[in-house]
Amino acid sequence: MAKTMTSENRPSGPHSGAIGRPIDRIDGPLKVTGRATYAYENALEDMAYGCILGAAIAKGRIAEIDTAEAERTPGVLLVMTHRNAPAQPDFGPAVTPTVPEVFTRARPALNSRWVRYYDEPIALVVAETFEAARAAAGLIRVRYDAEPGRYDFRMRVAEAYAPKRTNAGLETDSVIGDFESAFAAAPVKIDTAYRTPFEHHNPMEPHATLAAWSGNELTIHTSAQTLVNFRAGVASTLGIPPERVRIVSPFIGGGFGCKLIVHADTILAALAAQALQRPVKIALTRQQMFANAGHRAEMIQQVRLGADNDGRLAGISHDVWSATSSFEEYCEQTAAFTRSLYAAPNRITRHRLVPLDINRGEWMRSPGEAPGMLAFECAMDELAERLSLDPIELRTRNEPAQDPERGVPFSTRNLVACMEEGARRFGWQRRDPTPGRTREGRKLIGYGMAAAIRPNYIGAATARVAIDRNGQVTAWLDMTDIGTGTYTILTQIAAESLGLPIASVKVKLGDSRFPRTAGSGGSWGAASAGSALYNACNALKQRILEAARSSEASPLHGANATEASFADGEVRVGQRSASLADLIAEIAPDGFEAEGSVAAGATTESYKAYSQHSYGAHFAEVEVDCDTSEIRMRRMLAVMAAGRILNAKTARSQILGGMAWGIGAALMEETVLDPRSGHFVNHDLAEYHVPVNGDIAEMEVVFLEEHDDKANPLGAKGLGELGVCGAGAAVANAVYNATGVRVREFPITLDKVLAALPLTAI
Amino acid sequence: MQSFTYERAESTEQAAAAVAARPDARFISGGTNLLDLMKLGIERPAHLVDISRLPLDRIEETDEGGLRIGAQVRNSDLAADPQVRLRYPMLAQALLAGASGQIRNKASTAGNLLQRTRCPYFYDRNMPCNKREQGSGCAALQGFNRMHAVLGASKACIAVHPSDMAVAMSGLDARIETISPRGETRTIPIGDLHRLPEAMPDVETVLAHGEMIASVTLPPPPPGRQVYRKVRDRASYAFALVSVAAIVEKSGDRIRSARIAMGGVAAKPWRATAAEHALVGAATSDTAFTDAAEAALAGAVGHGGNDFKIPLAKRTVRYTLATAAERA
Repeated sequence: MAKTMTSENRPSGPHSGAIGRPIDRIDGPLKVTGRATYAYENALEDMAYGCILGAAIAKGRIAEIDTAEAERTPGVLLVMTHRNAPAQPDFGPAVTPTVPEVFTRARPALNSRWVRYYDEPIALVVAETFEAARAAAGLIRVRYDAEPGRYDFRMRVAEAYAPKRTNAGLETDSVIGDFESAFAAAPVKIDTAYRTPFEHHNPMEPHATLAAWSGNELTIHTSAQTLVNFRAGVASTLGIPPERVRIVSPFIGGGFGCKLIVHADTILAALAAQALQRPVKIALTRQQMFANAGHRAEMIQQVRLGADNDGRLAGISHDVWSATSSFEEYCEQTAAFTRSLYAAPNRITRHRLVPLDINRGEWMRSPGEAPGMLAFECAMDELAERLSLDPIELRTRNEPAQDPERGVPFSTRNLVACMEEGARRFGWQRRDPTPGRTREGRKLIGYGMAAAIRPNYIGAATARVAIDRNGQVTAWLDMTDIGTGTYTILTQIAAESLGLPIASVKVKLGDSRFPRTAGSGGSWGAASAGSALYNACNALKQRILEAARSSEASPLHGANATEASFADGEVRVGQRSASLADLIAEIAPDGFEAEGSVAAGATTESYKAYSQHSYGAHFAEVEVDCDTSEIRMRRMLAVMAAGRILNAKTARSQILGGMAWGIGAALMEETVLDPRSGHFVNHDLAEYHVPVNGDIAEMEVVFLEEHDDKANPLGAKGLGELGVCGAGAAVANAVYNATGVRVREFPITLDKVLAALPLTAI
Repeated sequence: MQSFTYERAESTEQAAAAVAARPDARFISGGTNLLDLMKLGIERPAHLVDISRLPLDRIEETDEGGLRIGAQVRNSDLAADPQVRLRYPMLAQALLAGASGQIRNKASTAGNLLQRTRCPYFYDRNMPCNKREQGSGCAALQGFNRMHAVLGASKACIAVHPSDMAVAMSGLDARIETISPRGETRTIPIGDLHRLPEAMPDVETVLAHGEMIASVTLPPPPPGRQVYRKVRDRASYAFALVSVAAIVEKSGDRIRSARIAMGGVAAKPWRATAAEHALVGAATSDTAFTDAAEAALAGAVGHGGNDFKIPLAKRTVRYTLATAAERA
């Protein structure tokens, strides 16, 4: 039995300090009492309110725009259109020369009469009140010269092209061995195509900005995952040095990848505030977020698996066709995980893009794995059935000894342990492998499982930490907490590192004046910012020790033992010890300060030498109504192995959230792009369904005890998105097991099951 | 949202007169639908008459042994009323299957009846919609119409009425009592309250401008077991794909009487009277329920995305009848 840790059962031994403990969120009381200030809640004297008007066509140009009536509306201060907007750089090429420029490029707004996508901003009204601005926006009259556009992804797959790279700068294709021959010769084959729809992030907090100028210095209060990107994006769009832009984002009501780059709210607020010499506040409406704040593109995936009769894979092929924007390419790395997941000597992964006249796609939770594993792990389930093999046994038989494409060892890999522990806890042996046979009353019951894999990223980060004469510690990073618990885990890291109680540590985030980090995204936040802070604390301890040894005022003066420790508020050198606060008061009344950094993972030797991923196994039980085909969850279990767990409670919460995303992707999330007009039809939360409480049922999360010393000094690995990876496939496989109906077009709504579900006698 | 003036009505008569006096005036009660529509510029009243505080918030027994529900009774209060729960359980079930707790706390009985369709093209001012702008066309007909009507629709409009409550009330033969701006009252059977779209989908009810719903009267509950079954894409907070309110009165193994009302299939709650008649005297058998379901959907037409609603509604009618007959 694998060693596990839960919030009740945390590990002991080398990590018995603050790290790992399931402590409550540091920012929890602020949030539940409404004192955590979100972007749009900020208020400044003399502030004005903006409202954006979007285009009513998806392609063409504005022939005429009449703003006279809007300008006459009482309270209106400014109506900005392409005719009077300040000059901004052209948008530029669809593909930036380098990957980082995707995040920093200028994103001009209202700089052209050309419309590139439906609901693209064509005017901004700023008024004394939001209501006046909105009313006036409704009075702007626009005449368009519309042009035919490309909106139907499935009709245009033949127009696909191969991009130069995928998101994150990964290779577009990978080819190992001779897949076609191996597949042709394989006695057991699966060749299946899955379709995943457009999806939208829909964080609870919309994109919102309050911009204020003071002289030529600009302060942006916004909701941003990565401040450095926002700063660069604002600066390049406005044509000012980044040093003159300050981004403030202490609390974020969800991001999920759609707050990694600046959007129109930020740019337009900055431009309007400059024009009016007043602070200006703008939020995207929920409806506007569908066109203007990113999406996951519609995809078709073909998975081909060739196996011998024992289920050993001879060939794996994963082809992805994805919609993309005609003016800014985004290629989700949907087949990238396939390069590391299972062993097979012959392999192909390929990404192709179909350009449409829509806005760009953006990084949406677990980019790559979320849609990719939804398809691939269902295909594995199809193969297991074809082989009459248990799905866990099939995966176990294809467990690789080293990374199957890179040929390097894994830093840690506990996929099989996750599956075995999960099977035991879930009662997997109760599953009837023949689908459609388990019924309780008028409900068909099904079990499904899927593997989870997610690469471990680390981004360059720096932290500054200081300790004062009272032993109070403050840490500063431009890191963000998008609701994941970053304030809390960073507090734990500093507290454990310096041997101080949680209450002695204050972590300050979300201000671009603080040392630069990679922000929150790609599950790299905790490992990157956490490692930087860990290193900063070590540097701080060094400084304290050096001064304590050398200062004559120090009770540790002259202590020359090499062993030193910080614990329980004391510094111990050899046999001598002193209270940390007293020591600092004696030797450095102004306290100490230090910085620490980590380099980006891709540049490190360890990253090159090891395949670094976190792993997991998802299990799901569903019930399907035999009359209506309504699918409801009964329970889910995730067993995860993701290195050292920094806080068992916030880690669990992240996995729970990911599992809910899995349910959404499998069963309900879909944005419909109207192929006639290029607009997302169901662009609100009543029509775009995400799971609600009633859809979730029972969920359990278990972490295997793990420490990945190759990943970073903390031994932790990316965690947040792992909960999504494979979760939807476990649900989909459970629906198949319940009904015998394999739906290959996500989401699996009841209409897709109904037609194939025979009537059950009454 | 355009600017509007607001007044709080002091009496029923004054409220009706205040709206009647201005063609651009509207009643407002809970505002759970109207405010959304105003923010999007779909409803553009220049004047609102707030009727939420009128003394129309009581639930009283009638002389005939039924229930009179004030127009301003909140959905959550109606669902929790002991008489409703005991004698009209399918009404309580329907109410609790609708919207969210927060919305039910605000939404009024009359407002629920008069709520407007959630067709996404109706909600988007850039899209053609005959209901929003007569003569502009129907974007749903050839568009994304998964939620749309399979019965009683026209080429001009295929929107559905989204209410759950109204479906149960339809099955219970509710009567709508209104007061006109001149103080006259009239009673409208619920089946006559909503219009089918035909060529004028923008005219949704038979109510005159300024005519205000004062109450909804339920006759004594018919004999038989009541069941409301809502089929939806998620467990809560979703409109019905289809819903069925059914009452089956048995005599031994035979059906003495039955009622079937469907939601999510038409621009109004849809009573399947032919199917009801066919059940009278039939055995409580799978065959009878299946035949009734076929009859209930006779003439149904899909528009592509909503074709599945026809078999789904049939299966749901069949199962709901069986449940009401205590056979499933």
